[in-house]
Amino acid sequence: MESIILVSIVLYLLSSVSYFAYLFLQKDYLQRAGLFLLLIGFLFHTLTIVYGFMRSGHLPVSNMHETLSFAGWAIAGVFFGITVKFNLKILGIFAAPILTVIMIAASQFPNEPAATTQVFKSFWLISHVTVIFIGEAAFALACGLGILYLLQENEIKSKKHRFFFKRLPSLEMMDSIGYVCIVVGFAMLTLGLITGFVYAKAVWGRFWSWDPKEVWAGITWLFYAVLLHGRFALGWRGRRSAILAIIGFVVLIFTFLGVNLYMEGHHEPFTKF
Amino acid sequence: MLDIVLLGINHNTAPVELRECIAFTEDQSKSALHSLMGKKFIKEALLFSTCNRVEVLVVTDDSARAVVETKNFIAEFNKIPLNQFESALYVHEGNEAVRHVFRVAASLDSMVVGEPQILGQIKEAYRTAIEEKTSGVILNRLLHRTFFVAKKIRTETGIGDRAVSISYAAVELARKIFGVLEGKKVLLIGAGEMAELAVEHLIRCKVDHVWVANRTFENGVELAAQFNGQAIRFEEIPESLKTVDIIISSTGASEYVIRSDQVKGIIRKRKNRPLFFIDIAVPRDIDPEINRLSNSYVYDIDDLKGIIDENIEDRHKEAIKGERIVDEAVIRFREWYESLDVVPTIIALRKKMSAIAEAELKKTLQTSMISEQEARAVRKMAEALINKILHDPTRFLKRNGMRENKSLYIDSVRKLFNLDE
Repeated sequence: MESIILVSIVLYLLSSVSYFAYLFLQKDYLQRAGLFLLLIGFLFHTLTIVYGFMRSGHLPVSNMHETLSFAGWAIAGVFFGITVKFNLKILGIFAAPILTVIMIAASQFPNEPAATTQVFKSFWLISHVTVIFIGEAAFALACGLGILYLLQENEIKSKKHRFFFKRLPSLEMMDSIGYVCIVVGFAMLTLGLITGFVYAKAVWGRFWSWDPKEVWAGITWLFYAVLLHGRFALGWRGRRSAILAIIGFVVLIFTFLGVNLYMEGHHEPFTKF
Repeated sequence: MLDIVLLGINHNTAPVELRECIAFTEDQSKSALHSLMGKKFIKEALLFSTCNRVEVLVVTDDSARAVVETKNFIAEFNKIPLNQFESALYVHEGNEAVRHVFRVAASLDSMVVGEPQILGQIKEAYRTAIEEKTSGVILNRLLHRTFFVAKKIRTETGIGDRAVSISYAAVELARKIFGVLEGKKVLLIGAGEMAELAVEHLIRCKVDHVWVANRTFENGVELAAQFNGQAIRFEEIPESLKTVDIIISSTGASEYVIRSDQVKGIIRKRKNRPLFFIDIAVPRDIDPEINRLSNSYVYDIDDLKGIIDENIEDRHKEAIKGERIVDEAVIRFREWYESLDVVPTIIALRKKMSAIAEAELKKTLQTSMISEQEARAVRKMAEALINKILHDPTRFLKRNGMRENKSLYIDSVRKLFNLDE
């Protein structure tokens, strides 16, 4: 399995190289090559996930290695969805390197199967984890689009059309796709929290137990809720929306990793190394 | 051996007053082509005349005399003494003439590098030459290569990519802000050629609606009718900012027509939908402070000019790639051109025959039924056959009598036997 993970890392890396070349040289075949390499990498990646599932009989998120790998897998999946739906060629410049870094990080952690406990085998848990990860992937892409938006806006505002002006799509396009990502992310996060509550009720007998991960997930949810409300009610779009998407993702990363590093709680074993 | 010669003047070598005197109209170029073909040393001719250049392309068997003939012809035809324009005239021969034609067609030699009209104009000139039957084997090949090279440069380099006029630059910017312009609303304040041109470009991009505001309402109504739009009163401008997306302003007003504080209050009402101001007026109509408000973008005439300068520089960079494609094409054309000579053609013909014979011999002699001796005899017979078959064509090609149509015959032979593979 190690070698298959390595293959997918190499493919993601090549895809990143291809996307960078596309950014500089603006040749369409480079973008197609990047997308193709990413797709092949994704297939190998899927193999490792399936293998993990077969080996343990549950969703492979029982240690840091598996969790990161699963997060990367979700990002790749959501990235394909967005790219195909909106024909947004440039997003790979963000997604492919992120994916490469996540996978390299994952491969640095030992992949020892955790003792199979009854905890993992619930339908609620599987939905909870899957849905949350898809949501996080969507937020990651929203963050990437936010960064690209700010780069493009800066060039238009400053009236100096240097590197990005011709390479990036229009502001409106990045803003609206970023918005779609946040809506998808928010819907998934909400669903993820609900399934989490149900599962917590079944296992620990209460919906909410002030676990640090729960608290931070709540904060993240509130943050994105405010962002969406601002957009609906007050028309927060463009620059403000882009900045908030970036900040939101930082909060999300803290919820995902930081909480496990600095605080203790019942999510700990899954993301501990 | 025939040679390609090109004589011409263009915007770099001659002022417009001189170019006017030498330019040929469509009808004139027809009769001009015929008089050119009447000259002793000119075998093929093509005439190309636009407001920026006049080029005469001829195929000749004596380039020095053909140059003199052509120069005199231009002087006679336009009734202008030779010494008045001779210094502005450039003469290219052989490779340089080919290169020049490629560069002109690819718009590498244009006043605005990358402008697309020139290729169409050359196609038109070529069609005239075909109709008047003044174009032969060599010019046909050259012009077909020219169209190919020009197209290749247009698709493989960014030579025509970026806007180089104010109105196009404005539309390009609007696209980068709004993505699709379909359904967007435009407000034109004042009037003016550049502003109206920009509106026309926007309409072609399917903007939804055009409003026109003018100090004199009647003028506004007239202009609005032209764009299928609607006139509003000058006082209604602040209110209209709630709905419009693109504002093009070109008035003679001495102070700002739209001030920053007017826009500030509007932005929230617009729910932050972007506003793009294009200020073509001098002195300016739009408060530049507006550019600092969120989701509002202001470009004045200097900003747009700055962008055009950058774009032109970009085109010049891309033109370098185009020059490389031209270099390759010139070498390719030269190879074909040189093959049009008698000796290489005869050699190629012989090689082709020998190759066929060799392949067939190999097939036949594979069977062991044939003895060494018999095989030698068969080989000999094959060689003799080749010699006999090629005897008459070789003599024909070498004969001096076919000088007149030499390139035509050689070209036919090469095509018949597929020698250019």
